[in-house]
Amino acid sequence: MKHERLIVIGNGMAGVATIEEILKKPSPPTITVFGGEPHVNYNRILLSDVLACAKTTEEIFLNSREWYEKHAIQLHPGVFITGIDLDHKQVIAQSGERYEFDKLLIATGSVPLIPPMKGVDKKGVFTFRNIEDTESMIQWAARNDRAVVIGGGLLGLEAARGLTNRGMMVTVVHLMGHLMEKQLDATAGAILKTEVEKMGIEVRLNCTVKEILGKGKVEAVRFSTGDLIKTDLALITAGIRPNVKLAEEAGLAVKRGILVGYHMQSSHPEVFAVGECVEFRGWTYGLVAPIMEQAKVAAEAIAGSRSLVYGGSTPATTLKVAGIRLTSMGDFQQNGADCEEITYADPNMGIYKKVVLQGNRVAGAILLGETEDGPRLLEWIRKGTDVGPFRKSLLWDGNGAQPRPIPVAGMQDNETVCGCMSVTKGTIVEAIKTHKLTDREGIGEKTRACTSCKSCGPLIDQLLEDALGSTYVAAPKVNDLCACARMTRQALRQVIQERQLKSYSTVKESGCLGDCGVCKPGVSFLLSEIWPKDYADERQARFINDRVHANIQKDGTFSVVPRIYGGVTSPEQLRRIADVAEKYNVRMVKITGGQRIDLLGVKKEDLPKIWADLDIPSGHAYAKAVRTVKTCVGSDFCRFGVGDSTALGIEMEKRFEGLYTPHKVKMAVSGCPRNCAESYVKDIGVVAIEGGWEVYVGGAAGMNVRKGDLLCRVDIGQEVLDAATKFLQYYRENGEYMERTYDFVPRIGIETIRRVIFNKISGEPDRLLERFHEAKSAVVDPWKKESRRPVHKRQFSDLTIVE
Amino acid sequence: MEIPVEHKKMVLVRAGTVEDIPRGEGRCFTIQDRRIAIFHLEDGSFGAVDHDCPHRGGPLSDGIVGRDSVICPLHGWRIDLRTGVVIGQEGKSVKTYPVRIEQGEILLKVQG
Ligand code: SRM
Ligand SMILES: Cc1cc2nc3c(=O)[nH]c(=O)nc-3n(C[C@H](O)[C@H](O)[C@H](O)COP(=O)(O)OP(=O)(O)OC[C@H]3O[C@@H](n4cnc5c(N)ncnc54)[C@H](O)[C@@H]3O)c2cc1C
Ligand code: SF4
Ligand code: FES
Repeated sequence: MKHERLIVIGNGMAGVATIEEILKKPSPPTITVFGGEPHVNYNRILLSDVLACAKTTEEIFLNSREWYEKHAIQLHPGVFITGIDLDHKQVIAQSGERYEFDKLLIATGSVPLIPPMKGVDKKGVFTFRNIEDTESMIQWAARNDRAVVIGGGLLGLEAARGLTNRGMMVTVVHLMGHLMEKQLDATAGAILKTEVEKMGIEVRLNCTVKEILGKGKVEAVRFSTGDLIKTDLALITAGIRPNVKLAEEAGLAVKRGILVGYHMQSSHPEVFAVGECVEFRGWTYGLVAPIMEQAKVAAEAIAGSRSLVYGGSTPATTLKVAGIRLTSMGDFQQNGADCEEITYADPNMGIYKKVVLQGNRVAGAILLGETEDGPRLLEWIRKGTDVGPFRKSLLWDGNGAQPRPIPVAGMQDNETVCGCMSVTKGTIVEAIKTHKLTDREGIGEKTRACTSCKSCGPLIDQLLEDALGSTYVAAPKVNDLCACARMTRQALRQVIQERQLKSYSTVKESGCLGDCGVCKPGVSFLLSEIWPKDYADERQARFINDRVHANIQKDGTFSVVPRIYGGVTSPEQLRRIADVAEKYNVRMVKITGGQRIDLLGVKKEDLPKIWADLDIPSGHAYAKAVRTVKTCVGSDFCRFGVGDSTALGIEMEKRFEGLYTPHKVKMAVSGCPRNCAESYVKDIGVVAIEGGWEVYVGGAAGMNVRKGDLLCRVDIGQEVLDAATKFLQYYRENGEYMERTYDFVPRIGIETIRRVIFNKISGEPDRLLERFHEAKSAVVDPWKKESRRPVHKRQFSDLTIVE
Repeated sequence: MEIPVEHKKMVLVRAGTVEDIPRGEGRCFTIQDRRIAIFHLEDGSFGAVDHDCPHRGGPLSDGIVGRDSVICPLHGWRIDLRTGVVIGQEGKSVKTYPVRIEQGEILLKVQG
């Protein structure tokens, strides 16, 4: 039998999703795809992340060329279809070439809506729809400072945040009285506005742009009020219009979109349509989830079966702006006779929740600030569940304390877990089993779940945990660096690297930070770790301890802890310490728990003099840095000792001293498993065993008590140093600021750590060592340097006292 | 009999020069028995508040300076330098002092 020929116009999300569904059928047709864009299919949703520096373009491609080849799909990227000849069942390409089909699928998406205004053809005016738009906007943003975003809907706000991350000063201009009016009521809109403004974005409401001004290039925009604001970039995000030109010219029935019936067929029996270009019973959709539902129905119909029916979708939208949690779904502004609103609002905390009930069923909801209840509410809307019996706890549990956890175990297989991509629990569980998946990324690759707004992440983790039991390793949790930054460390790291930012000030100027002050030390550490050699150390961005290299005490004096390698000292060194203690009237001389000596109660202005007199390197007892290496007497003296712990400890301390770390790092080396140096409870602990050494990481005996995980067993001391170095560097690069190894190691997982730092094939171990040596070679002893040359004439002194 | 209250006079005192305080940092300044923390903000302006933190007397001049606040180095209370109010503990505050710069000199207005 001759294969049926299917032509797909539009290589976007809807077109390819339908093809994927078709490929699951027993005898799929021969498929030819025409895509107006010169790429393989990609995840359009994630363009927001690309603009916001959170992803690269490469990372958002969905189907590779190999995938098209493997399924014998003929792809014509960058080929525009200019006509459809329904009589001859042919499509006509730009070149005039004609291609025959038995069945046709139209998935041409939509085009940006440009409101009537003058000057939209100027350079620097953009829309935000595809890779080309995004990349040219990124280039333009790199060379310019100010941006005006016209349209304060979902797309406009995501773009505004992206442009801010790219270092621009952004003003959002919105026609309506509140932001995102299609998804939010006025109360939520007002709270959202405050949250957006906290990010340094200016918002102008009730405002229309009349004209974009400038000679060739954008220089300003003029509002209907006559006001002008200067800008270098104007982005139009005023909505979208279904792309129906082809269909209309071909004579298919079109209103706002291409009219389709319950089986996604158009007015012509062999022509189907899916995605943003279609209109179903008066509805058009600008979201992916409905498209995924349409794709399944269309695939079924194209295969000749009418068993699936499309009945419309409940739209649910999530704003993908780091730092703002916002979901809106269904019909949130019902005001029929039997409609009621249940709301909870705490504007100062940025929290607002509203559920609209019609009868005893949920019609719509808005969740701002806390969105955990989103998936459950959406499911109730979709199913029309009678929520009467648990009305009291719709937003809160019975005690009104915590939002309840979502009971994923109680969900049916056909319930949706990922709202963006419309993926059900059953699909995910199936994929975990079949492909032996262990993390969100793997599930994303196989099912597309959790690849856009990520709000289903916690549900997916639960599914993983249920499926994998004790072998489940929790995904690293992603934290914002600081409330004012609203950006993760990873995202900021990328911006710092891409834009070559080398000082706190330049990071601040980039617009990534709100400069609240709290994240200054964390950002300083990040900079010093990324650019060990040429980062510009700005003292005002560091904690007082790091400005004067001593630990501040409750009365404003300081403590001085000289380095005593491995806890081993000498009469001569002790004498010097004693002399200094007398000379400067040190209030207390104390043997510390870290095997060294603390001089307490030192005046700030005496610090440089004490360092000069001591002439011993800094012990860094004041810093988030490598602290001590405790040792025991070891094989040289102890009758049980099987390894020279003292020598190895001293060597370790010399190798690592002076290095800054996300939080303090304490080490120990014990000469045998009796463990007198307490190695099991150190960030890095080493224990001599018969014929070798064990290295433990992530141990603690402070606020937390945790036995370290065994990183490796090795034969000789050199290998211990090597393993410890790789671990330390990996922690420096991947630890959150103020995250001790006792949190870091369980977060990443010891297996993952081993895999990364020991897998020779990847080349990463050597690169870790290389970066470590680069960092180490930049270390200078601050006591030596600044006792001779203070960084400021008043680094250590108060202002003059006036009597 | 009522004792008439004498109004305290405001006096200007010199507190060193602009170069004495690195940008983005603070320094302690003592007049009679009063200690005042003076800050050189990132935008070039200056601010001054009582030196001792209302929590447990931490030295505010050693704190990290944000755009318009200082964070106490001992336990992290954050104080708004424009109003003297402890952020998040609105009942607590420190006194603020007007600062003026004249020919590179820091002039502080205090009650004499
Ligand atoms: C001096 C010393 C106590 C002593 O007299 O022995 C000490 C003193 C302080 N410790 Fe400690 N710790 C000292 C050993 C320890 C140890 C034991 C050890 O290192 O073997 C621990 C438990 C091990 C650990 O760190 O896990 C320890 C766990 C802590 C903690 C809790 C850390 C945690 O996350 O569990 C803090 C608080 C923090 O870091 O946030 C802390 C913080 C402090 C600070 C720095 C408080 C501060 O931030 O100002 C204390 C400084 C006093 C001062 O004014 O100089 N200190 N501290 C010890 C110095 C060791 C050294 O030579 O460097
Ligand atoms: C920045 C951004 C963020 C978004 N965020 C979200 C989100 O968080 N959640 C969500 O659900 N949705 C989001 N969306 C919307 C979502 O991306 C769309 O709903 C979805 O991509 C629509 O799929 P589609 O296949 O209908 O159209 P498209 O993905 O646009 O695909 C249409 C394709 O057809 C091609 N084409 C058009 N005409 C022709 C022709 N004549 N010949 C050949 N090819 C043609 C086009 O070039 C295009 O590649 C976002 C969109 C953008 C731009
Ligand atoms: S245990 Fe450590 S942090 Fe606590 S008072 Fe003693 S020295 Fe200070
Ligand atoms: S003394 Fe200032 S915060 Fe405690």
